[in-house]
Amino acid sequence: MQTVFSIAIDALAYGMVLFVISIGLSVTMGLMRVVNLAHGAFAMIGGYIASYVARDLGLGYAVAVIAAVVITIIIAIPIERLLYRRIYGQPELTQVLMTIGITFCIIGIANYAMGPTLKTIPLAEPLRGSVDLGFRTISIHRLFAIICGLAVALGLWFAIEKTSFGVKLRASVDNAAMAAALGVRTEIVYAISFAVAVGLAAFGGVVGAELLPVEPYYALRYMVTFLVVVSVGGAGSIPGALIACLLLGAIDTTGRYLMPEFGEFFFYLAVIAIICVFPRGLAGRVK
Amino acid sequence: MTLAVNNQSIPSRPRGGSFRRDLIGVAVIAVFAAAGYILFPDNLALLTRILAVALLVLALDLVTGYCGVATLGHAALFGSGAYAAGILSAHYGINDPLLMTLGGIVAGAVAGLLCAVVMLRAHGLPQLVLSIALIYLFHELANKASSWTGGSDGLSGIMPDPVFGVYEFDLFGHTAYFFGVALLLIAFVLLRLVVRSPFGMLCRGIKEDPLRIRAMGASPNAALAKMYVISGAVAGTGGALSAISTQVVALDALSFTQSAEALVMLVLGGTGSLFGALAGTLIFMLFEDYVSAANPFHWLTMVGVLLIAVVLFAPKGIYGTAAAYFTRRGEANR
Repeated sequence: MQTVFSIAIDALAYGMVLFVISIGLSVTMGLMRVVNLAHGAFAMIGGYIASYVARDLGLGYAVAVIAAVVITIIIAIPIERLLYRRIYGQPELTQVLMTIGITFCIIGIANYAMGPTLKTIPLAEPLRGSVDLGFRTISIHRLFAIICGLAVALGLWFAIEKTSFGVKLRASVDNAAMAAALGVRTEIVYAISFAVAVGLAAFGGVVGAELLPVEPYYALRYMVTFLVVVSVGGAGSIPGALIACLLLGAIDTTGRYLMPEFGEFFFYLAVIAIICVFPRGLAGRVK
Repeated sequence: MTLAVNNQSIPSRPRGGSFRRDLIGVAVIAVFAAAGYILFPDNLALLTRILAVALLVLALDLVTGYCGVATLGHAALFGSGAYAAGILSAHYGINDPLLMTLGGIVAGAVAGLLCAVVMLRAHGLPQLVLSIALIYLFHELANKASSWTGGSDGLSGIMPDPVFGVYEFDLFGHTAYFFGVALLLIAFVLLRLVVRSPFGMLCRGIKEDPLRIRAMGASPNAALAKMYVISGAVAGTGGALSAISTQVVALDALSFTQSAEALVMLVLGGTGSLFGALAGTLIFMLFEDYVSAANPFHWLTMVGVLLIAVVLFAPKGIYGTAAAYFTRRGEANR
């Protein structure tokens, strides 16, 4: 029983970190139909900036998080303007190549600028240490990651279901041409959602740095995981992404606990099984 | 909305013209092979590796270029062939290189069928993710079955006999190189026949418009599965060649990186044409050899910039763009 709870709490933390990072990818993929393999690279940039601000400049954790989100968005805007604009509506192969190219560049530059070593992000004082849950102790930081995930999910749900921007966003996802004809500025909707997606990626990269350590090959190593989550959940669906993150987080964590020698074997087996049964993802809609 | 790669109007040409193109293609490969042999006699191992990877890229071109299936897991077929050839020699004592190659071909074809059964269930992004999941599964399986594959240490103890009992595999790799060139030439000629056959045209049709093909009464999935098996046989040949020439099989043969690199080479050269696949492999691997020796991370940045540049400025790849340019000039002169 103890093991079950331990696995559950670790799976929850891992799943929530995955969710914060990949929900942005899911929204942009559902909205703009772009297979963005460079999403993990933005999370990595966020982690590097937070590490630089908190460790090298000695500023606080909160400042580091805000700086990471803001600067990553500022870095992403010209990339979106110059490169992503040209691959909207192109076939998948083109999008895959372009975004892999961007990922390779970012890895190379990050390694040149920051060095090949692991970067840590010193935590704020209240987040250090651990708390006793009765059946086991858990580091407060993990609890913080879980709460962040829940907050992001709730916030996005509210923004998309209850605000006028959310109405425009959903309209553009369903039918961009019709939404534009009805007076929705789809360009602006696209730009804002891209910025939010990148910001969330950076936020997730910082919050999840303890679970997914920041190093130059971060972008390549977890790129596949983020893509898998989105594909299993169904692009553009928040509940789908949440379920997929929790499910895949649970499978991956259980596999690591019980059969560590098999690595990610069961993770990918589960992915193949799920996609074969639900080719459009768990919450995918028929188009 | 498909990638515009159909730059050859082969069917409209008379039969003799395409035969002449075949002959020219074979001659060009032979000239390049001879030039490589004369210019880099000390680096035949690299050249043989290029030959093996060229077979993988040709195989990838069959499914991506001709059928429009985007995959990031094609090294699964290449690695299956390599491990099959290696296991035949290391565990069963079957050391005849031709039999080992045959084993590689069969294993590659079986792996191709397996991948086709899984991948053809989905389209678009889920299909891409399936291909990635498949290559990781193959990788983990090979890693786990270490009593057969040697796991992360690699499979060693491969001792190929002389080809036809005469030409021994020497330390400098002369025999392996000629063996590889022969395999590539045979594969190239056979593939030219396949892509020009009615079956090859059917596959191109499926890439353009699967719905219409189905309306015409053909089954897209059956044709794609068949093409996948052929592709697996070609990739398996490449794998067997790499196992025979290097006499070890490493887990890298089944890696995501190998798959992604193969895709980059294909797109660099130009999808949907066998010459494009060969040109892309040659250029990429030679560059990689020179640049990555200097600094592996700058190499990654350069590959990234190169990819972005190709997507933006030469979507047909180097060969496709050059071919289009010469066709235009030829027509202007006429």
